[in-house]
Parts: sequence; structure tokens; C-alpha cells
Amino acid sequence: MDIATATPVPAVSARRKQPFNWRLLIRAIASWIVTLVIVFPIIFLVMTAFKTELQAIEVPTQWFFTPTLEGFHEVQERSDYLLYARNSLITSIGSTLLGLAIAAPAAYSMAFFRTRKTRDLLMWMLSTKFMPAVGALVPIYVIAQQTQLLDSVLGLTIVFTLSNLPIMVWMLYTNFKEIPPEILEAVRMDGADLWGEFRHVLLPLAMGGLASTGLLCLVLSWNEAFWSLNLTAAKAGTLAALIAQYSSPEGLFWAKLSAASLMAIAPIVVFGWFSQKQLVQGLTFGAVK
Amino acid sequence: MTAITRQRQPSRLLPRLLMAPAVGTLFLWMIVPLVMTVYFSTIRYNLMQPEATGFIGLANYEFFVTDPSFGTAVLNTLVLLASVIAITVVGGIALALLINDPFPGRGVVRMLLISPFFVMPTVNALMWKHMMMNPIYGVFAQVAQFFGAQPIDFMADWPLLAVIIMVAWQWLPFACLIFITALQSMNREQLEAAGMDGANYLQQLRYMYLPHLGRSIAVVIMIELIFLLSVFAEIFTTTGGGPGDASTNVAFLIYKQALLGFDAGVASAGALLAVVLANIVAVFLVRMIGKNLD
Repeated sequence: MDIATATPVPAVSARRKQPFNWRLLIRAIASWIVTLVIVFPIIFLVMTAFKTELQAIEVPTQWFFTPTLEGFHEVQERSDYLLYARNSLITSIGSTLLGLAIAAPAAYSMAFFRTRKTRDLLMWMLSTKFMPAVGALVPIYVIAQQTQLLDSVLGLTIVFTLSNLPIMVWMLYTNFKEIPPEILEAVRMDGADLWGEFRHVLLPLAMGGLASTGLLCLVLSWNEAFWSLNLTAAKAGTLAALIAQYSSPEGLFWAKLSAASLMAIAPIVVFGWFSQKQLVQGLTFGAVK
Repeated sequence: MTAITRQRQPSRLLPRLLMAPAVGTLFLWMIVPLVMTVYFSTIRYNLMQPEATGFIGLANYEFFVTDPSFGTAVLNTLVLLASVIAITVVGGIALALLINDPFPGRGVVRMLLISPFFVMPTVNALMWKHMMMNPIYGVFAQVAQFFGAQPIDFMADWPLLAVIIMVAWQWLPFACLIFITALQSMNREQLEAAGMDGANYLQQLRYMYLPHLGRSIAVVIMIELIFLLSVFAEIFTTTGGGPGDASTNVAFLIYKQALLGFDAGVASAGALLAVVLANIVAVFLVRMIGKNLD
């Protein structure tokens, strides 16, 4: 390396270092404040969950108190949390796996055998999502009733799968499109059969897209409220429906409401924290080149 | 090249076969309810009056459209849609620019920031309604009192604003994280060069950041559009559409007709109008941003 190009570099960074640190500090403080403001409702919810009912509605808010598990006990006594949690778990995992199984082949086909109609097909799939779910409520309710799928975990899983399918296809398609088709062609030239091509080349390359699509579907199904409120009752209700039971008349039982809410969101939020990098990568829908 | 294409000709069947399950199920998922809805919308079908039946033409549509709630609901839907998209896109870009560069604890900030996206709508709604917006015990009321102001009764006076806040809170982190991911692929050298050439921050924003974010803005709007047209749980668990129709959107109005009014016929007519409305909005937006989605 010659001196002419090497010397200016440290000079520039040294000159910049002094003012840059101030900006860094301000930036860090501002970021933290904004983040805490945004997350504040959740922090407040977690705090309230560990209070007694009286402490919960005390004004001004108590920030330091002896935590109690009273709220959690009462929630478990009043309603079978585990049943709802189990339903949430089965429907979200079930619809994710089923959705991937249906969406992945379609997305593969659209990405690697593109025709002029591919874009139209994709737009058509997405357009089925533009219809508010409530538009299909009466027919779906009637069908579910006729087929004994009302208030059943299976029925809810199917509905979740179908309502997530367009987004899953779209997301997988944009992910698969990034895989250079030349790789697959090269493998094919080398004489690999379809299974070999899939198993050793496509699957490893598509893993990221499949993972983030699965994650999104998991989150959407876990949090889905419309269908679970309207298609289930005591048997197949998910956590989202359980929480809705705590709406109006019980308005001021904040500790119980918070405890139930915390139990409903904790699994998916913690899960989300640890998978957010993967999730966000896939969510860009090819927007990042 | 020709060899490859010729080789692939016979396997035209395979892509179609792979596509069939998705296309088939989605087609059924769309067409069966649609046909049933069209049918229901032209007959007398009130769950409370099972003896009253028969074809009544467009009477259900007339009833739904002439209901004064209809106009309010359409307007509320559009206001909700526009406000949340505006808040999340502008706020998301601002936030993304703020935390784009490294600083101590950036990883934790990113992790915490996405939390609202994982909170289910029913919890989101009840949390805001009670703990934040309650006019006596809520956090907002306490803050207002601290500054000597009159606490706002959101549910009574500003119900639509309350719903907008809840929904925007949920989608802001989502938008922000997508923008951050996009910002990370920006050309640092170009930015520095622009800075050296004396481009101020606003100019950099206008000519460098925003054009780079174009595609992600399109994606964010597209996804939010899908979910915002059918906002339901936030309204259902908090305001119940009220007071009056102040926070009723089209989705909730149909729901009221179907399950609270027991009139499946009118609700079906409303559902079809909602589909038309949704598609108008969609076509309009897809035209606008569609070229960014390819």
C-alpha cells in the first residue's frame, strides 16, 4: 500500500471523531426514549399483571410495589387458560405447516417457471385478501355449521390457512425469485433428478424464505381475532377470543385483565423477539436489493 | 439455451401441478362465499324471522345504502386507512433514520421496538382502552392532570382517533423495521460524497433516502392496506362502533347487521358493497405502487 492513499484515511476519521461522539450520544438517548415510549403500554401491562386489583387502579400509578400472582390465579380459576393456549398453539402451528405445504410448491412454480400470467395470478391471489373477512362471514359460518366444523380446532386451522395463503405465496415467491435459476439449471445439467435438485440445492437456498414465511404465518394465526371470535365458542376458542371476554363489563378489573393478556401475548412476543431478524428479512418482499 | 428450453417443454405440466393446490383452494375460498353472498343478498334472510323468505331483488342493497350509517362507515374506513398509513410510513421512516446508525444498545432497541407487532389486537385494544385512555385512572388522564389539563375521554369524544392510535401503534414498528432493512443496503460512499459536496440533511433525505425507500414504502402500504381494510377486533373490543356510528367502519357495520341485527340478507348486500369498495381502493393503490412490487 502506498503512502499517498493510506495517510488521508486516518486523518479524515480523526477529524470526524470529536463531533461525531456528541451526535452519537444524542442519537442513542433519543432512540432509547422513543423506544421506551412506544413499548410503554406493554411495560405498564406487565406491571399491572403483578398488582392487586386495588393497586392496579391507584392514582397516581405506583411504580414500586410487592408483586403478587393473585391475578394469574384468578384467571386460571375463571377460565381454562391451558385449553385456550392449546387451541392457539395447535391452530397456529397447524395452519403454518399446512400453509407452507400448499404455498411453497406454488411459489416455486411461479418463481422458476415464470410466464406472462404470473404477475396477474399473484395479484389475483392478493386481491382475495382485500375482501374484508366479514364479507365472507355469513357463508363461511353456514358452511362450517353444515360440515360440523363450527367451534372446532380443525375448522379454525383450515380458515387460518386459507386466509394467510395469499400472503404466504407472495412472500415465498419474492424469496424464491432471489435464487438464481442458473444454479438449478447447472445442477440439472449435471444429471441430478428432481428430488436431488430439491433436496440438495433448492431446499438449503430456500430455507431462509420458508422460515420467515412460517414465522409470519405463526404470528398472524396466533393473533387472529376475527375468525376465532366468530367461529368458536367454549371448545375451540383461541387466546385472542379468551381476552375478548374481558371486554366491557369487567372494565376495572385491570390486574386480572393484565394477567390474562400477559399470558396470551408472552409466548408469541418472546418468540418474536428471538426470531425478528429472520422474520424481517423475509418481510421485505423483495423490496431490498 | 435453446437446449434447456426444449428440454423443459414436456414438463409444462409440472408447474401447473405444483400450482394447483394453492390456486384451487384459493379459488374455492373466494368463489363459494361470493356466490353464496350474492344469493343471500337478493333474498329475505333474517335469522329472527325464519318464516319470511323469498326473492326480493335489490331491496337489501337499497336498505344498506340508504342507511345513514353507510356513508359514515365508508368515511371512517377511509380516514382510518389514510391516517394509519400516513402515521406509520412517516413515523416509520423517521424512526428508521434515527436508529439506522449504530449506537450502544441498538440491538436491544430493535428487539423491543418490534414488540407491538406481536401483540394480538384484542389485547392491544383493551390495554389502550383501559390502562392508557381511561379518563379517570388511565395514564393519559394522569399526564393531563399533571399538566393541569382536562383529561380526554377518548371512548366518548374521540373514538375513531382512539382506534387509529391503537392500530398505528401496532403497525409502526413493522414499517420501521422494513425501512431499517432497506436503509442498510444504502450506498454509504454515495451518502458521504453527498455530505462532502455540501448536501444538507433535507436534500439527502429528498434525493437519496426517499428514492431508495420507494419499494419498501410500496410494500408497507400494500401489506397494511390488506389488514387495515378489515380492522375489526380493535373496534369490537373497545367502542363497539360507537358512540352512535362514530367509530364504525364498513367491516364493523356489516358485522352489526349480520350478528347484532340478525339480518343476513342485508349483511350480505353490505359485504358485496365492501368488496367493491375494497377493490376500488386496491386498484387505485396497486396502480400507484404496483410497478414497485415486481
